Amino acid sequence: MKSGKAILMGAGIFAVLFIIYYAFGHPYFNGNRLTMFVCVMALSITILYYIARANSGEKIYLRIIPGLKAFDEAVGRATEMGKPVLYVPGIMDMDQVETVAGVIILGHVAKMTATYETNLNVPVSRSIVMEAGREIVKESYLSVGRPDLFNDDMVHYLTDEQFAYAAGVDGIMLREKPAACFYQGKFYAESLILAETGNSIGAIQIAGTASPSQIPFFVTACDYTLIGEEFLTASAYLSQKPALLGSVKGQDMGKFIVMIAILLVFILNGVHDLGWIDIDFKEWLRVE
Amino acid sequence: MLFTTEIIGAWFAVFLTLAIFSFLYKDNPFYKAAEHLFVGVSAGYWASTFFWTQIQPNLFGRLWPKVDGEMGGLRAAWYGIYDFFGWFHSGIFPEGGIDKGHEMNLVYMVPFILGIFMLFRLSRKLGWLARWSMAYVVGLAAGLRLYGFLNSNILAQVRGSALPLFDGWGTAINSILIIIGTLTGLFYFFFSKEHTGMFGKISRVGIWFLMISFGAAFGFAVMGRISLLIGRFYDLIQFSGSEYHHATYWLLAVIVILLGVQAFRERGKQTERA
Repeated sequence: MKSGKAILMGAGIFAVLFIIYYAFGHPYFNGNRLTMFVCVMALSITILYYIARANSGEKIYLRIIPGLKAFDEAVGRATEMGKPVLYVPGIMDMDQVETVAGVIILGHVAKMTATYETNLNVPVSRSIVMEAGREIVKESYLSVGRPDLFNDDMVHYLTDEQFAYAAGVDGIMLREKPAACFYQGKFYAESLILAETGNSIGAIQIAGTASPSQIPFFVTACDYTLIGEEFLTASAYLSQKPALLGSVKGQDMGKFIVMIAILLVFILNGVHDLGWIDIDFKEWLRVE
Repeated sequence: MLFTTEIIGAWFAVFLTLAIFSFLYKDNPFYKAAEHLFVGVSAGYWASTFFWTQIQPNLFGRLWPKVDGEMGGLRAAWYGIYDFFGWFHSGIFPEGGIDKGHEMNLVYMVPFILGIFMLFRLSRKLGWLARWSMAYVVGLAAGLRLYGFLNSNILAQVRGSALPLFDGWGTAINSILIIIGTLTGLFYFFFSKEHTGMFGKISRVGIWFLMISFGAAFGFAVMGRISLLIGRFYDLIQFSGSEYHHATYWLLAVIVILLGVQAFRERGKQTERA
């Protein structure tokens, strides 16, 4: 709690200093970006505050997400059937948040496959994702004391081309018949092709993506789907690390602030339409 | 019967299309052949495309742009390195520098060095250097995306909630529905609070809104896919004409017969085993 208070105090001092600086003409500061600056600072401080609270031992509650609970079940099923686990980390590069989240979740799945001695197959469509994937899988196998089970070919490159990649992954599914398929990352039109093939071979399928246009396909064809932020919260849920749990709580508070802002803007806009106030508050939210 | 390059190309396109469609029956040698060809060709194509559209013009083109006239001192030494590379491949490093309209910019040494670090993965001792490149990509992306996401996902969303309330009953109901959908949808994405009681009921409404929007998105995307399918059928119908020597009919017949023979033989083997 002490470090949480220290962050709030630091933020308060910073805010006062910034107001003074701004009042004195704010040289070197682009006034058009003030709204963005305030948003970044407010969100960062909120998240840091809750991370500090979590690190100091405060218990952070995280609600149960069925899709994440099913991870263990899926790997366990593959182990019982003596079949491999297929993990698809999306088709985009490491500059996408979803791919980063997908690679982090891969680390957790790799820990499970290493513990249960189940084969893991990770076809990727980007060279940097392949390198990151290999690093994280190797790390996971080392952390559970099974480096002997790891080999570089677990994470292998297919192609950058979207539909060629989908064709390649489909081929792997049909020939290896994995018992569990994970689709965690950024997907486009190949999502349904992959999920339908996985469905046809009877694999238990868990998808996770923040791509709104692809979620419906995964919901239709997969057993469990992590929708949007559920997917981005997965690493916190699976690792139960205080810092990550704290950041989830911080983001929740951020969402709460956004909800209040939405409601306020909606009501104020109505009042503005009636001609009771004459302030163009929408301009405040515009970022140049 | 004359087979021009256009007709051979059409036959090839029809064969590959039908081979990929044969996946709908089951995994078979035609699908395998098309799949491996597709994956292999596209991997090679992408590698080549990246090199000739990014690395050569945008990276090497900025490090060693074409210079006219005499060079001296450090610049001459810098282009000495270039000449050394040119000795290996004059197509990539043409004489006198790369003419892609760029000025010399040595900041591009940073991506050049990070790119070389990635290649160190091939070495057991120096493989760790590749992590620096990955850390750079991930860190840079996180920083850049923060600004973009805040602008488009938060500020634009809040700004967009300034919906008209007094432009008639229809508009008012529509606006209220959008606000209720947005807020209840956000309730569903609260993770640090148990979804029970009133909170649970509100988030349940949010899930309904989400599912309705997913349904609409699903229908919209399926319509797009159908148009892609129509495009493939259009080509197959076009190539079934006499000017293409009925490529679609011939190849369809050959593939169906061969798949039938394979199925017949497989059944025979199964009976023998039984």
